[in-house]
This record gives sequence, structure tokens and C-alpha cells, in this order.
Amino acid sequence: YTILFWGNKVVHKDQFYLSERQVFGRIQTVTLIPGDGIGPEISTAVMKIFEAAKAPIQWEERNVTAIKGPGGRWMIPPEAKESMNKNKIGLKGPLKTPIAAGHPSMNLLLRKTFDLYANVRPCVSIEGYKTPYTDVDLVTIRENTEGEYSGIEHLIVDGVVQSIKLITEDASRRIAEYAFEYARNNQRTSVTAVHKANIMRMSDGLFLRKCREVAENFKDVKFTEMYLDTVCLNMVQDPSHFDVLVMPNLYGDILSDLCAGLIGGLGVTPSGNIGANGVAIFESVHGTAPDIAGKDLANPTALLLSAVMMLRHMGLHGHAKKIETACFDTIRDEKVLTKDLGGNAKCSEFTADICRRVQDMD
Amino acid sequence: KHTTIIMATLTKVLKPILGSQLGNTAKHVVIYLSYFHDYHAHVICPLNVIHYVYLQPPPAKYGGRHTVALIPGDGIGPELLNHVRELFRFCCVPVDFEVVHVNSASTREDDINNAIMAIRRNGVALKGNIETNHTMPPNHKSRNNLLRTSLDLYANMMHCQSLPGVHTRHKNIDIIIIRENTEGEYSSLEHESVSGVVESLKIITRNNSLRIADYAFRLARDKGRRRVTAVHKANIMKLGDGLFLQCCKEVASGYPDIEFDSMIVDNTTMQLVSKPHQFDVMLMPNLYGNVVSNVCAGLVGGPGLVPGANYGRDYAVFETATRNTGKSIANRNIANPTAMLLASCLMLDHLKLHDYANMIRGAILTTMNETRLHTVDIGGQGTTSEVVQSIMRIIQSSGPLTTEI
Repeated sequence: YTILFWGNKVVHKDQFYLSERQVFGRIQTVTLIPGDGIGPEISTAVMKIFEAAKAPIQWEERNVTAIKGPGGRWMIPPEAKESMNKNKIGLKGPLKTPIAAGHPSMNLLLRKTFDLYANVRPCVSIEGYKTPYTDVDLVTIRENTEGEYSGIEHLIVDGVVQSIKLITEDASRRIAEYAFEYARNNQRTSVTAVHKANIMRMSDGLFLRKCREVAENFKDVKFTEMYLDTVCLNMVQDPSHFDVLVMPNLYGDILSDLCAGLIGGLGVTPSGNIGANGVAIFESVHGTAPDIAGKDLANPTALLLSAVMMLRHMGLHGHAKKIETACFDTIRDEKVLTKDLGGNAKCSEFTADICRRVQDMD
Repeated sequence: KHTTIIMATLTKVLKPILGSQLGNTAKHVVIYLSYFHDYHAHVICPLNVIHYVYLQPPPAKYGGRHTVALIPGDGIGPELLNHVRELFRFCCVPVDFEVVHVNSASTREDDINNAIMAIRRNGVALKGNIETNHTMPPNHKSRNNLLRTSLDLYANMMHCQSLPGVHTRHKNIDIIIIRENTEGEYSSLEHESVSGVVESLKIITRNNSLRIADYAFRLARDKGRRRVTAVHKANIMKLGDGLFLQCCKEVASGYPDIEFDSMIVDNTTMQLVSKPHQFDVMLMPNLYGNVVSNVCAGLVGGPGLVPGANYGRDYAVFETATRNTGKSIANRNIANPTAMLLASCLMLDHLKLHDYANMIRGAILTTMNETRLHTVDIGGQGTTSEVVQSIMRIIQSSGPLTTEI
């Protein structure tokens, strides 16, 4: 058959006159986990905005409340698991972990089920939501399966506790490879490994060695190493120096929350979890906010930006840019803002404003 | 040793007397302790919690002059400590320095052992950071860490205060950070079980946690602070940080006038960059202390402005708070001497030479107000020597007898 060029895409001749949605063939199905508290309302907001943007996404809603499987181990419902494994992409709202339910945290369960090894948080300063830091544009990539959070602790003798930090070659290599690929795919210039190898010589030393080895295969991306304390010091004084940061679990936890604080908190920070076998779950990292649940006061920005991250991950950059620009424009305008952003509009009004902007762009 | 024997004996004596009334309510007992008849401390503590009350022995003075160990270290350490010596000579401070060099490139531990011996001899030290080459094999331990653990300098104290002349994003910050300095993640106990799988042990003990918590609360009380916040990650590290938090709570019950709360470390860093004024005194284990102290140093203007102190039962070592080697700016006369000079003032306070300490501190703060003298790290173009000269000029003009500039 004849191959034609249309713009910068190679298409089959039968598809020449069709729109972008149909060129890429089938509509993608995404598993949607609304979550608890304000979860359902912000999920609805995101679905509305995606509809207005005519994104080729079909949603499959699933519930992930833990159930006890055969053998007494807690697991997520089989329909949810099947749906995720089939669709590979998921969007998740905030989940609550009831204190006395007996099962481990829901996030931990999801992480174990799908082997979500990388947590990615791009932190970009939002114009219109003023913080003392205005030039933040970095991405933190955190190893999510081992490190200090391995959960292996012992009481050796009365009054002496030992907590084990586990670093393995495979996990370090995997996260380093992901970080460099991410940098390459998103036009990022440098990757910085954050460590404390002067004190934890063997463990962080192993992590660093793996990062260096992987860096050899990605010569187009600059690789640097920096101590954790130097990163914290410089981050607070001048965050514009940093690009992509890759690190083990604990440092990643602290630094990703630090960066979220720089741009305005968890209410506006997107986050994505990448797993083995191509699974990726994008989520909002804030809490369930039970006090404002159901009152149409919630801010859907975090979940929306995570959904935009998801679109980029799937290759739908056009739609991603459209929705992201609409969202930032709404916040910059400062006319229709939810309470946590400093305004007094309702969630539905905020959503409607973004939908209007998206439709105007077409 | 004297103190713990006294307390154990008192407990045995008082229990039968108050025994029937003890029950569940904590009874408070006032215990008078003395050390060489010159120092008394009275400690109020519940009988069910043993407080380790350590009293510093009086500083040694021979011929009216103190001797302090000086470890130049690497990077900007030697040049800054030279400025300190120059300033002390100028102000006629009765302190002599015993200089001990530590070669960070050598694999033998003789150098650092000499330094430790010198500090044991003198009781007080002022040091620059010793570089750790992390490409060396794992049995080559960090020299700074070795020093801290051998001398049991269990408390690292850092007082972050916004200096009025320095421009920062957040104003009027005043936070004291107390960090456990000997155990936690810095235990240097690592092993490779199987090729490619490395384990690193984080050790938390009840004794050390009680000790550091007690230090924090006593310091808060002495300085008139209202609240102590413990920083932890006990939701994930339930046994380790859980033990730390429990010890803090126990000690807090003995200080009812001071408010105690706790916060998870990731939330803490988020709050520090958005609302730092909510914090008063912060208390934490070793690694979180590293992160939080660097974040706070960044908030008040950078590593060149904040001094740090490491206190143990018998020894005290003073250095810059963020412990940077500053290799890239070494020997170029652009390093900021403020942190090291303020650390030397903390040392003078420790030696009870308060007049000299206040004189030098006042001169430093006056110099800070002049933007033209700011060094590169705080946005100016001044050199190190200009700053030190200005301090000396201010001291000379304010009156006390000095040598010539």
C-alpha cells in the first residue's frame, strides 16, 4: 500500500482525511478509580473536561476496597485487577485507609499488586497561584518498592530496634533506566542522582554505581550526583538548578513532598506510578478531605494534572497541552477559583470554566 | 556515674516512704545533685522515668587561658579557621589553639585518633569539615562520623535565625533544631548478603532517644521556648521511629510547661517551605535531622550563615551547621566566614567567656547589615577578608583593648 506523509506523521492512505482521534485508531480505555471523600466529585470533573476536549478516552470505573481473598491475604477485588491488567492505564482519586480495618494501606496494596516501582512527580510552578518560589520546573523520580520502606524491623533486645534499608541491584537499575528514558522522552537535559554515599557507603554506593552504568547508555542526557543535604540546601534557595532527580525511597518521599510544597502543596501536584508490565497508575496525592466531601467545594486540579500526565504517557500530547493550558489559564485569570486556591467558586463552576476554555480552543 | 548512683539510691530510699501513695500518678521528686560542690542542679523527674542528667565539668583553665583543639579539615575549613585565629588574636581572647591535622586521603586511622585524643585532652574543639571520598571501600568510615561517635557527641544543636541584613524569601525565622548525632541511619552497619543485595541497618535505642529528648526539653526550658515538635516517620517505620516517638512522649510528660507535638517528616518539609513560622524547637533522629537542618539553613540564607554545635556529656565540638567542605570555593577568598565565626562565639559561650562572645557576635551582626560587604553566597560581591577586616574595625572602635589591625 502507499505510504503518505501528513504533517510529521506517517499514515496509511486510507486514513489520510480522518481526524487525529481516528488516525490513532481505537479509543483507549482507562480504568478510573474515583476513591473516597472528594474522590467522586473530582473524578466527575475530570471526565467532564475530557469530554469537552474530545479526548479519545473511555472510562471504566472500578472500586478497590480491599477484600480478603482465599488464604486470608488481603487483596484488591479481582474485577479491578483484571481491568487494570487489560487497560494498563489507570487514574486514581484519593483513597482512605480506615484505621482499624485490619488491612494494610490501600496505596501499599496497589503498589504490591502491580509492582509500581517508580513514582514520578513533575513539579512546575503555577502562574496565578503565588508561592515564594516562582521558577520551579523539575521532576522527582522515586524508587517505590524497597529502600528504607522495606518494612523489615526487629526488636533486638528490649530498648534496641533495628530497621533494615534494602537496596538491590535490580531495583536500582530499573529505576535509573526509567529515569533516563523519561528524561529522553520528555526533552529533559539532565538527571541528578541524590544519595548519601558518604555515610551509607555500600547501599547508596550500589545505587550510584547502577545509575552511572545506565548513564553510559544515555549519553545525550547529562548525569550528575549530589548529596541529599546539598540538594535540600540548594532546592530551598534556588530550585531552578534542578531538572530530573532520581533517588531511593526515603529521600524520594521527603524531596517529592518538599517540591510539592514549593509549588503550592498537594492540592495542585500531579503524580504517576509506573509499574512493571507497562502498567501505569496516575493519581492525586492529597487526602480524601471528608469535611468538604459532597459539598462541591473540592479542587480538581491535582487529579486533572495527573490525568494530563496520563495523556502524555499515552502519547496524546495535543490533548494534554490543550487541557493543561486551559487549566493554567483559568488559575492565572483568578476569576473562578476554588477556596483552597484563594477564591470562592464551586468545583462545578471551576470545571465549567475549564471546559469552556477547552472548547474555545478548538 | 555519681549522678546515676545518687538517683538510684534515692529511689530505693523514697519508694518505701511514699510507696503506698505512688500508685498510678507520677510523683515528682526534687533531687539535688552536685558535682565538685560548685555546680548544683535540681531536677524534677517522675520516679518512673530515669533521667540522665549530665552536668558539664567546669572548663579547664591553665594560667587563665583555655586550650581548644582545632581541626582545619578540607576545603574552606583551613582558611576560615585561620580567620578565626586572627580575630581571636586581635581581640586578645584568652584561648590557645592546639592544631591537629587530619588527612582525609589516608586510609589509616591514626590522624583521626590523634584528633580525638586532642579533643579528649582539651574538652572543646572547633573544626572544619573533613572530606569523605565515597569511592573508597566501605571499611573506610567517614572521619566526621567517627569523631562524633567516639566522643559520644549525642546532640547536634542548630539555631536558625533570619539575619536582618540578609534578603530571603521568608522573614523572621527562629527555629532551634536538635538532632540525634550518633545512631539512627548513620550507624555505618552495612553488609552485602548476596551479590547485588545490600542491607543497611538503622539502629534506634531507648537510651539514646530518651537522652536526646531530655536534652531538647531542657534546652527549650532554658531558652524559654514554648513548643517542641518531634519529626518522625512512624507510620512507615513503626518500630524504629515508633520507639523514638514514644521516648519523646515520655520525656514530654515530665515537662508540662512545654507543649509537645509531632509531625511526619515529609509533611514537615512541605510546611517548612510554605509556613516556617509555625515551628519553634524541632527534635529528630539523625537522617531527618540532616534534611531538616539543611532546609532551614537554606531558608535563612544559606550554608555560610548558620553555626552548629555538637554536645556530648564531656566534650563539645563546634562547626558550621551544614558541614560543607566547600571544595569549589576553597582558597579563593570568597567563602562566607559568618558561620564559622558564629560557631567560635558559641564556643566562647561554652567556655563562659560571654563578654568576648557577645562582642564578636555584635560586630558580626553589624557587618551583616552592610549589603556591600555580603559575600557571593548571599548575593553580594565582598571577599572573606573584607568581612573579617570590617568585624575587627567595629570591635576596635567599640572600645576594648585590641592589638593593631
